[in-house]
Amino acid sequence: MSQHEYYSLTVNGEQHPVQDAWIGESLLYVLRERLGLPGSKGACEQGECGSCTVYIDNAAVCSCLVMAATAVGSQIATVEGLNTDGSLTDVQQAFVTEGAVQCGFCTPGLVMAVHHLLDHNDSPNEQEVKEALSGNICRCTGYGRIFAAVESVISVRKSSAS
Amino acid sequence: MPVFIPSSLSEATSLLAEHPTAHLITGGTDFMVEVNFNHRHPETVISLRKIPDMQLWNIDKASGVVFIGASVPYATMEQGELADALPALAEAARTVGSPQIRAAGSIGGNLGTCSPAGDSLPVLAALNASVHLRSSDAERTLPFSEFMIGPKRNAKKPDEVITGVSIPMTNGWQGYAKVGVRNAMVISVASVCLAIHDKTVRVALGSVGPTIIRCSDAESWINSQDITAIDDSVAVEFGNRVSQESRPIDDHRSTAEYRRHAVGVLATRLLQRGTNA
Amino acid sequence: MTITKTHRDVLGASALRPDGVAKVQGDFSFSSDLHAENMLWGATLRSPHPYARIISIDLSGAWKIAGVECVITADDVPGQLTYGLISEDQPVFAKDVVRYMGEPIAAVAADHPETCRRALAAIKVEYEILEPLTDPERAIDGSHPDIHPDGNIIRHQRIVSGDITATAPIVVEGTYDIGMQDQAFLGTESALALPDHDGSGIEVFVATQWLHEDRKQMAKCLGLPEEKVRLVLGGVGGAFGAREDISLQVHTALLALRTGRPVKMQYGREESFFGHVHRHPAQIWMRHHATEDGRIVKIEARMVFDGGAYSSTSSAVLINGVTHTQGPYQCPNAVVDGYATRTNNPPCGAMRGFGVVQACFAHEGQMDKLAVATGIDEVEIRLRNIIHTGDTMITGQVLESVAPVERCIRETAALPLPAEMSSHPHELDLPGGSGRTADRRHIVRGIGWGVSMKNLMYSEGFDDYSTARCTLTNGKVELKFATSEVGQGFVTLAPQIARSILGVDDVTYDTIDTQIGSAGSTSASRQTWMSGGAVDGACRLVRERLFEHVGALHGVDPLRLGIDDTDIIDTIGDFRISVQEACADLSISETFEYHHRPTEDLDENGQGNCHVAFAFVAHRAVVDVDIELGLVKVVQIATAQDVGRVLNPMSVVGQIEGGIAQGLGLAVMEEIIVKDGKVRNPSFTDYLLPTALDAPQVLISMIEEPDPQAPMGAKGVGEAPCISVTPAIVAAIRNAIGKPIDRCPVRPQDICF
Repeated sequence: MSQHEYYSLTVNGEQHPVQDAWIGESLLYVLRERLGLPGSKGACEQGECGSCTVYIDNAAVCSCLVMAATAVGSQIATVEGLNTDGSLTDVQQAFVTEGAVQCGFCTPGLVMAVHHLLDHNDSPNEQEVKEALSGNICRCTGYGRIFAAVESVISVRKSSAS
Repeated sequence: MPVFIPSSLSEATSLLAEHPTAHLITGGTDFMVEVNFNHRHPETVISLRKIPDMQLWNIDKASGVVFIGASVPYATMEQGELADALPALAEAARTVGSPQIRAAGSIGGNLGTCSPAGDSLPVLAALNASVHLRSSDAERTLPFSEFMIGPKRNAKKPDEVITGVSIPMTNGWQGYAKVGVRNAMVISVASVCLAIHDKTVRVALGSVGPTIIRCSDAESWINSQDITAIDDSVAVEFGNRVSQESRPIDDHRSTAEYRRHAVGVLATRLLQRGTNA
Repeated sequence: MTITKTHRDVLGASALRPDGVAKVQGDFSFSSDLHAENMLWGATLRSPHPYARIISIDLSGAWKIAGVECVITADDVPGQLTYGLISEDQPVFAKDVVRYMGEPIAAVAADHPETCRRALAAIKVEYEILEPLTDPERAIDGSHPDIHPDGNIIRHQRIVSGDITATAPIVVEGTYDIGMQDQAFLGTESALALPDHDGSGIEVFVATQWLHEDRKQMAKCLGLPEEKVRLVLGGVGGAFGAREDISLQVHTALLALRTGRPVKMQYGREESFFGHVHRHPAQIWMRHHATEDGRIVKIEARMVFDGGAYSSTSSAVLINGVTHTQGPYQCPNAVVDGYATRTNNPPCGAMRGFGVVQACFAHEGQMDKLAVATGIDEVEIRLRNIIHTGDTMITGQVLESVAPVERCIRETAALPLPAEMSSHPHELDLPGGSGRTADRRHIVRGIGWGVSMKNLMYSEGFDDYSTARCTLTNGKVELKFATSEVGQGFVTLAPQIARSILGVDDVTYDTIDTQIGSAGSTSASRQTWMSGGAVDGACRLVRERLFEHVGALHGVDPLRLGIDDTDIIDTIGDFRISVQEACADLSISETFEYHHRPTEDLDENGQGNCHVAFAFVAHRAVVDVDIELGLVKVVQIATAQDVGRVLNPMSVVGQIEGGIAQGLGLAVMEEIIVKDGKVRNPSFTDYLLPTALDAPQVLISMIEEPDPQAPMGAKGVGEAPCISVTPAIVAAIRNAIGKPIDRCPVRPQDICF
């Protein structure tokens, strides 16, 4: 097989060289299998589950549908970059505390989607939360504890802001 | 280097002239599904993500035409000025895949793929949009009705890039509705766009034929009525006529019978929404 | 649901998941996240045909591709050529014939997943296509030649009980169809196999529900002694029954042993649909005879569960189906005929609810028909027939479990109904959601009920024990068990048990692997009871020895000692010492095997004490329906569930809400479409799962009546939530539209035509 791609990706603020890659590799594959960043998960390979959500130039997208070699020159952010010091973000903490994690396979993608939502809308209503998370399938929880986690972050952020 | 990321349209078109078999991708949300599912093994790709001209949009109030670059993501159309100018497009954009898909997917992609289930396409049909194409040595513009020529087939020549669409605004109501068996993130089973301009109704259907269908008979019929006073029986008759113009098939997503029925119901409801507004 | 937190993470507290922090950071290693130096990728060639004879297989094209290290077929299987959970009837690789679309034929190992894909494409298989058997009725009537040496009927089971000639003035009947549901766990099948240096054995990291059963089947096929096959649980991204059967285990191990290199295999989503069993589609006919005041006199039923090409757990699923014909209701007389058939459809086996989902859909449809026929309210008709502890079931087995069915129904009914839809609802709250298909005036609301009874643990004489070890060292506890953690939260519960029994807060658990006895499967709502029982037992043995030690040291009769929070106390005296102080420099380790009480096989008339225990639940569904378009929005589910005792409230809520979402999926959207033996929708684009916008409000009441049989009084809670919620939603749709619907999932065309 022809594996002659050489390029460099900026992930979580750092340059990562990619060598001998196949052109058809998705960003998800490159992150997981070449760059040692397996936090983003793959569950559908067609943008129907959200487990692989990353930010590219601040847009939350499915990394399984980004051809990795076309992400050159973009700022890519993954779940591993949310907290470089090992501490949890408020969203991550709320997911743990509110029971929003069961098998956990959807969790990194959901954490990314929730952060993205709350970065752009600090007081979303119920429908806005549900719509913003409608691209992230969770098969275990039925979403109840996930909504509880989001509500808890919203209220804590509000009370600390006032 | 089999992946090219041109930074201008002219660079893109010359690359395409040099590599006529290259695949053009923007968001990649259609193309990469085919790669991931082992249906495509790409050799050369031209990514159009970094071409500023294709990310532009503008609303020309004087001419009443909106230009949307082929790479503008659906998320941009869902709200704000574009949504105010083209409410039906905003409604259609909101039903495209998931928020993550809408952040990457674009009209250029919908046009390139030309699936009858493409969510933005009935809007382009109903609003009489035109498609801009450019090659290394020529530019042309096609009405949408001439652009889409079959299921997953369009009139784009191999050396052309879809650069954007021009969509005339309407001076009357416009809206879109789509049936899927889930409340979000679902492929269209049947969709309808209805627009009123100069008191004339236009209606286009998605997922119920090999191409997007403009219902010329139903349009003529309704436009022979007084659309300022649509009662329920007229709306239902309009729906029935729309239904008759659909050409749906049975597949794993639905039945032809249901699709035919659904576009009729949607057309009735959209007409009622549009004329009671 | 408000969840209260106590100061120690003992039983009853909403202890947090020990793996939660790693999971939210993306640090938790799922089996698909594993890597090894010098690793190869594996991939499987599958049949495109549901039934065909294999004329020839030409591997030469694959071997020629650079980067391909190994290509194997049935000829390369060193041990037993077939495997299976109950009957070993499924080939590791098809040799002469393929019996379902997606059946494995060959496997390759190569340097890159794309190399693997190209290698698979280069294998040439010549088939003679045969007429597939796709109608289960033809498997029963014998009109199609046998598609397998074991015949076209996997199991036939009758139940004949009481006076079969009995009848009564009210007779209602119906035929119910239940579609093929997929477990659709998010983390697709994956494994990493590491061969021993001398090639004599193998270590396999795999996402599975039952390590020891996998090992048993793998060892046979690999021709290795079991001790040479070591399994370690790779992080599991959900299971729901689909990881009970072997999928890629043997293939991955074979490729690794052949190449002498680590091999990783991971299914994509499409392959996952072909790589595991599904919920049996079923057709169930039932006829209920009742008195004019609505009391059931007799039930007649015929059930056909299509098992597809290989037997998997079909025979056990069928038994669950037929023995739950009556549901949570008394039934003095019954005649039931049940078949599990073999066809060229996709193999079916375990999925959450295991045969009871199908039976419940039918018996609850019947209860609604009975309500209409007698003019009795749908809640009242159920209350009049409920089963009680001590009642004899149609199998002749006496129901010994605590059976708070009346409380389930009454407490569900007491939960508040949702507010009426406002005159200007948010568009996303309407059926059709973001498609904006409906306006307020198109919507009709409906309410429906479902009540169910589900057996816990394995049945029919199977001794599905569990093993656990507790080691107390210097005031810290380490637990060891082989219990698969698939997301259900046993890793949260096990330390809670140890904390409660030993008064120690620092509790960890060792790697989950085959280096201890079997824990049985994470299925059948059994791990809280079974592995919980094993951990409980092991901790109690350690506590006994700790008390002996403390008693001897301090001159107190060990039998008088007890644990009070984190202290050891003399229960009838003043002596008190902290556990930490008492066990300084002490190391005690005990292993315990928990067995539930024995059960029996059913006889030819379906009589026998075949089940261990039962749990009960009621669901009330409220739906909004766009009748003209046939679209549905499930507004609210209210449920009261018999849980025995709540050991971790947050975990129980999570199981209930999650189970309800899966039951909702089966009610209105989830179905594998199979036509002529071919799966038409093997992807998440076309196999639809509920999204956040499909999730209803869920109101929960947990009924705590500790079961004396259960080690900690707690019943398993995993399956009950997903069983009667489906008929409740479908009943609510019927209520809204005022016409019968006897199939699930309900499709738009079922409503509007």
